[in-house]
Amino acid sequence: MVVTSKPSPMALDLLHSLPKTLKLKTKQQELLIRVATLSLIYVLAFATRLFSVLRYESMIHEFDPYFNYRTTLFLTRHGFSEFWNWFDSESWYPLGRIVGGTLYPGLMLTAAAIHSLLRFLRLAVHIREVCVLTAPFFASNTTLVAYFFAKEVWDSGAGLVAAALIAVCPGYISRSVAGSYDNEGVAIFALLLTFYLFVKAVNTGSLAWALASAFGYFYMVSAWGGYVFIINLVPLYVLVLLVTGRYSLRLYVAYNCMYVVGMLLAMQIRFVGFQHVQSGEHMAAMGVFFLLQVFFFLDWVRHLLSDTKLFQAFLRITVTSAVAVGAVALGVGMASGYISPWTGRFYSLLDPTYAKDHIPIIASVSEHQPTAWSSFMFDFHILLFLFPAGLYFCFKRLSDATIFLVLYGLTSMYFAGVMVRLILVATPAVCLISAIAVSATVKNLTRLVRAKSPSVQSGSSKGTSTAKSSSKGVVDNSQPFQKNGAIVLLLGAFYLLSRYAIHCTWVTSEAYSSPSIVLAARGAHGNRVIFDDYREAYFWLRQNTPPDAKVMSWWDYGYQITAMGNRTVIVDNNTWNNTHIATVGRAMSSYEDEAYEIMRSLDVDYVLVVFGGVTGYSSDDINKFLWMVRIGGGVFPVIKEPDYLVNGEYRVDKGAAPKMLNCLMYKLSYYRFGELTTEYGKPPGYDRARGVEIGNKDIKLEYLEEAFTTQNWIVRIYKVKPPKNRLWTNFEYVELVELLLLPLSSWKVIDPLRPEINILIV
Amino acid sequence: MSLKLIAVFLALIPLLCSSFSPETPSDRRVLVLLDDFAVKSSHSLFFNSLKSRGFDLHFHLADDPKIALQRYGQYLFDALILFSPTIERFGGSVDAAAILDFVDSGHDLIVAADSNASDLIREIATECGVDFDEDPAAMVVDHSGYAVSATEGDHTLIASDDFIKSDVILGSKKIEATFFSDFSGYMRQAPVLFQGIGHSVNPTNSLVLKVLSASPSAFSANPKSKVTSPPSLTGSSISLVSVIQARNNARILISGSLSMFSNRFFRSGVQKVGSPTKHEKSGNEQFLNELSKWVFHERGHLKAVNVQHHKVGEVNEPAIYRINDDLEYSVEVYEWSGTTWEPYVSDDVQVQFYMMSPYVLKTLSTDGKGRYFTSFKVPDVYGVFQFKVEYEKLGYTSISLSKQIPVRPFRHNEYERFIPAAYPYYGAAFSMVSISPIFFG
Repeated sequence: MVVTSKPSPMALDLLHSLPKTLKLKTKQQELLIRVATLSLIYVLAFATRLFSVLRYESMIHEFDPYFNYRTTLFLTRHGFSEFWNWFDSESWYPLGRIVGGTLYPGLMLTAAAIHSLLRFLRLAVHIREVCVLTAPFFASNTTLVAYFFAKEVWDSGAGLVAAALIAVCPGYISRSVAGSYDNEGVAIFALLLTFYLFVKAVNTGSLAWALASAFGYFYMVSAWGGYVFIINLVPLYVLVLLVTGRYSLRLYVAYNCMYVVGMLLAMQIRFVGFQHVQSGEHMAAMGVFFLLQVFFFLDWVRHLLSDTKLFQAFLRITVTSAVAVGAVALGVGMASGYISPWTGRFYSLLDPTYAKDHIPIIASVSEHQPTAWSSFMFDFHILLFLFPAGLYFCFKRLSDATIFLVLYGLTSMYFAGVMVRLILVATPAVCLISAIAVSATVKNLTRLVRAKSPSVQSGSSKGTSTAKSSSKGVVDNSQPFQKNGAIVLLLGAFYLLSRYAIHCTWVTSEAYSSPSIVLAARGAHGNRVIFDDYREAYFWLRQNTPPDAKVMSWWDYGYQITAMGNRTVIVDNNTWNNTHIATVGRAMSSYEDEAYEIMRSLDVDYVLVVFGGVTGYSSDDINKFLWMVRIGGGVFPVIKEPDYLVNGEYRVDKGAAPKMLNCLMYKLSYYRFGELTTEYGKPPGYDRARGVEIGNKDIKLEYLEEAFTTQNWIVRIYKVKPPKNRLWTNFEYVELVELLLLPLSSWKVIDPLRPEINILIV
Repeated sequence: MSLKLIAVFLALIPLLCSSFSPETPSDRRVLVLLDDFAVKSSHSLFFNSLKSRGFDLHFHLADDPKIALQRYGQYLFDALILFSPTIERFGGSVDAAAILDFVDSGHDLIVAADSNASDLIREIATECGVDFDEDPAAMVVDHSGYAVSATEGDHTLIASDDFIKSDVILGSKKIEATFFSDFSGYMRQAPVLFQGIGHSVNPTNSLVLKVLSASPSAFSANPKSKVTSPPSLTGSSISLVSVIQARNNARILISGSLSMFSNRFFRSGVQKVGSPTKHEKSGNEQFLNELSKWVFHERGHLKAVNVQHHKVGEVNEPAIYRINDDLEYSVEVYEWSGTTWEPYVSDDVQVQFYMMSPYVLKTLSTDGKGRYFTSFKVPDVYGVFQFKVEYEKLGYTSISLSKQIPVRPFRHNEYERFIPAAYPYYGAAFSMVSISPIFFG
């Protein structure tokens, strides 16, 4: 692994030490080594992502991938037409979800295509295996794209380094291990491919490359909401080139073709629809498009008008009127509502504090938090230091291509700082720029090393030496310890790179290969303990509840319940309807009788909560509970956050707020927990996740009954009892109906056809 | 072994057939628990009426250790009559919880209490939503509504005619009046004689119905002692006889008087004080017999079957509707007449097309043969809807039907294909195609 992760210097070294008996020409030798190295990297990128399969089994990870898996299954079973028009009545009960129109189908189509190709080759594999291995496969492909990209921007040496770096970079692995069947898995490939093809188009001015990049963009749009990044970065790049006076016909051809064709293609994705002409986020691209036309027009006029003064006057008029027309068009579009304003998620990217104040549902997701320094170090390791060095090299050899890379690197690093998950977008840029730094440094150092020994150089093949000397002038050899210093530095670079490889492998193995649906912990004797409670609970649901049962849980578990439990859920991870989620949040944070009314109105049959008090699993519902209160209170002001806090402190022990101790979530989590001794030497009812003895040990349930609790109590399922047979419970049904069951039109839907969460996320 | 099982099963078949079932909802086997076997003869008119209607009465003393409501998980009886107001503890395995479970599994119950009713009887009543006066010695006293009798008593023998206005519960035949004065007009039914304890019902409890209420001048107190403090129950809020129809349609009759079932009251004449009318015979017999018919599901029992819905012009039920589809919905409702299922005819059966709130609410038309039907357009909203029929009419068993059906939006190829608004774009495209050769050619 270590050897293959820094192939470029090795390749160069090997090149010179190859025995002369091999009768290949130097170019052929180089090609052979390059191809061999690349294929090793290709295999490495795939292999290093298989830890999770070896540790656990071939299974889908986390939350969103379960939805993707379920839709892929549907696609392979019912075909594309049904998939495209799929109305899913099992999620978001009773609203339902138009799945076909509210997802990015690229991932599912890719997996289904691979699956049918394998079937065609008479390889009988289950679609799940294809889904599990899609992300590693595309990670391997990404290394190839990274090679060609860096080759286009710098040289083939940098390409090999970039491929090697990106193959093992933890920032990318975190989202592309086997089983992580998520949009990002293919989207990073598509992102990098689009960028590469666009840079290629700008460099060559070829319509064919621009068209290819439009298709790359189309694939990206079909795969991930992160395409918004492309449609804003590319115009920004064009603008920078215009401002810096690097406008050329090549750029004109590349951008126009890519934008127009890409836009038309992107409109074919139902989920995206007319956003390219209607949404504020896409207006920059359109503005730059028109700006380019104005530029082209002015160029042409200047060509016609020989008089500079006349042209200056003309320029002034044209620019003024163009800006005026643009501003008026934008203003009219915004005012009439034709152009939708920026969405909250977009704002939250520009202003990291926005979500916290305005959209609790976005802020509640841990991967939307601003990034900590440690996670940068964790995900990038030495790349964090190589990145500025690479930027230096880029600036030193400024070209259209390096400007693009610099822009990509700087913007994506900013976004990576705003949100943890966007480290993923920055990773390719960081790897590419770092690769330039590594490649350039190592190349310079080796040249120093070799320049001192002309005998060796003359011994080696002639072609390379001439190529080298022609590319760079005569090496200055005035420094006395230059050679030794270079050797030391070279060794240092190798040491750093090998540390990087070790770090990446360690991170992949320890941190990023956990399926999170199966939990592993170290036992008292250092042995591995597996908690398979989630799947136990979902299979219980599948086997023991009526097929049309409705399960209420916090939205995190919605996708898993529908995919594994095959039961209808009230809310799920596609958080498109804030009111619906707030209703569930309200039910969870109300007293049992109030919650019962809400659950009855939603036809809830079962309630599922996740509880870590026995195992010490800290991402359970009690720890997420304040978000439920906040989100519920955002829509229903009867829920007030201070009611659940004591002096601003969130606690579950005896000192907890009375409302906290008696709300539904608390009762369901801690029901019968007071009888249980979880740890030796601690009183019964000792919550290991929070390290306290709980405050309400005598919990009685009136409207619900315990239906199932998994082995380690991680998942607890309760059945909602039917109304009492004889006694009428005094429900204020009328009030409830008025409050909860407003007509759909008055519900605060963020945007029905455009779940916000998907813009840069899913 | 298996032969034995089959033999047991065969032996059970007649039992199963004769018992309460959704198909023949009237009760057949009735357990009567008495304080004293004397009641069997003193109340024989009521029992004979039941027997003559085909009921199979099993008399037991309430403290008989052999009584059991169920055996091997099967209930042995369809209904229970508790004529044991003073019993403190039932014999055998029967207790208040067992009796309430009996009701909750769909069986019927008649409870007759009396002054000095035991805590057990009170507990059962409370669990059914009826609260007897807490004073054990209290009786309902009415100084202006008592029945005139030979001896001037303490006015605890009440002649009440404040019935619930429901033909379903009390039968369509008006309670017989041997004589009624034409000029007063309202006095058309013979009053019912009542002597016993009063109870109250919670007004928010919609399952309990006051069948026979006391007059506004009545109150509940110990007739032997002086009334020192205001009585807890007064006026027409006192219920003398109440019925409860539980959510599972089990029916319960609770009366504060055991003697009103007695032969003596059945046979006695009645004259309400202040009324010139003297009835030869009290209304008790007809009132209680009709009421028992209702309680034992001989009347007022509805069933809804054969729910069908489909698109207009089609026959089969689809798995999913599309928005703006036209559909037809039909359901058949029958009423149990005691022996057969008769078509139920009414003009107030409604269906809702419901998703958290009703989007469509339509009154069903009927063909008079039990079939109710309507047609409507699916609203322009997708989601998981329900066809809901919630029919709750006084005296009838409630019908609650809900059938889930998803409604999907248009498919991509169901939209209109060539819309006029697109013609300029078609024109632009084709003109571009035709003009291009001139410039580039």
